[in-house]
Amino acid sequence: MIKHLRKIVQAGWGLLSNGYIKGFLPGAPRLYTGALKHFCVPGLNCYSCPGALGACPIGALQAVLTERHRRFPFFVLGYLAAVGLLAGRFICGWLCLFGLLQELLYKVPTPKLTVPEKIDRPLRKLKYLVLAVLVVGLPLLYRTKYGAGLPFFCKYLCPAGTLEGGVFQVLLNDALRPALGALFRWKMAVLLFCIAASTVVYRPFCKYLCPLGAFYSLFQRVSLVRQRFDSHVCTGCGACAKSCAMGVDPRTAPNSAECIRCGECQKVCPVHALSFGAGKNISSKEQIVS
Amino acid sequence: MKRNHSNKFKIVLIAAALALCVFGALSGEASIVFTKAATICMECIGLD
Ligand code: SF4
Ligand code: SF4
Ligand code: SF4
Repeated sequence: MIKHLRKIVQAGWGLLSNGYIKGFLPGAPRLYTGALKHFCVPGLNCYSCPGALGACPIGALQAVLTERHRRFPFFVLGYLAAVGLLAGRFICGWLCLFGLLQELLYKVPTPKLTVPEKIDRPLRKLKYLVLAVLVVGLPLLYRTKYGAGLPFFCKYLCPAGTLEGGVFQVLLNDALRPALGALFRWKMAVLLFCIAASTVVYRPFCKYLCPLGAFYSLFQRVSLVRQRFDSHVCTGCGACAKSCAMGVDPRTAPNSAECIRCGECQKVCPVHALSFGAGKNISSKEQIVS
Repeated sequence: MKRNHSNKFKIVLIAAALALCVFGALSGEASIVFTKAATICMECIGLD
């Protein structure tokens, strides 16, 4: 197994899906406008990033929900359900640039904070509220006087959009700067808070706020690709649970909603009791505890 | 054996989700997504 395989995949995918180099060059149009923009990438990746080659699934979902004539978002929800049913939060661990950014920030040598369980548990539910209210509820129900809705999550919260879209577009585009106001300052404050928090808490945005992580987590227990635990070979040493920065004990909940399928626990298990796979390769001894 | 059945069922579900996705794309949603994604999004940036 290549030692840094996951980091290579994360960075490689991040570069590939934001590979429109021309968007970053002086004088070029600041956005890719080719046919690939019809399709969503699996992770949270702003379509306003100058390099973005695909659409952001959470932005795309809100775009359909905010249409003047309301319609059911078959395209985006069908896509997200297919990805979720296939791999669940594997996307979070392997194919999300904003997740990678938070991981890298956590490597900054600052004192680390373990959020007490009493606070951590209810806070983890917040991401479902963000999904229900800011991504689905308000964009669907609220209408401006011109008849269209507003993408509340993009507009008022999303730090990935502020960073990949906002910061880059503002730096590269002189014309945008005079228009910056209170909303931009608010979004920058949210982004800076997320950046600072990521240096002391592992992936705080993913744990507490991300609506895409919340959506994929709904499929963790039923997805085709999943984490398997073999209780027959486990010695009970607990190394896996100690290694999990998402706070999961993979022995009791190998497919927990909070597991991002990063595989770090599998690396430290001395007897290889944990693995990823679909049912095909399961041995008769193997148990799946969900 | 049971596990293989459940995997087949999951594959059918994934195919059904993809079918919904294709249906949505053909009924005009892909163009809505494209129009939004191929224009600088003021909300993403944080412009009023
Ligand atoms: S602001 Fe956030 S949710 Fe909206 S399109 Fe950009 S990355 Fe996606
Ligand atoms: S929780 Fe959201 S930001 Fe974090 S890795 Fe998953 S999709 Fe990306
Ligand atoms: S349980 Fe294992 S695979 Fe899941 S998040 Fe924790 S370390 Fe990663």
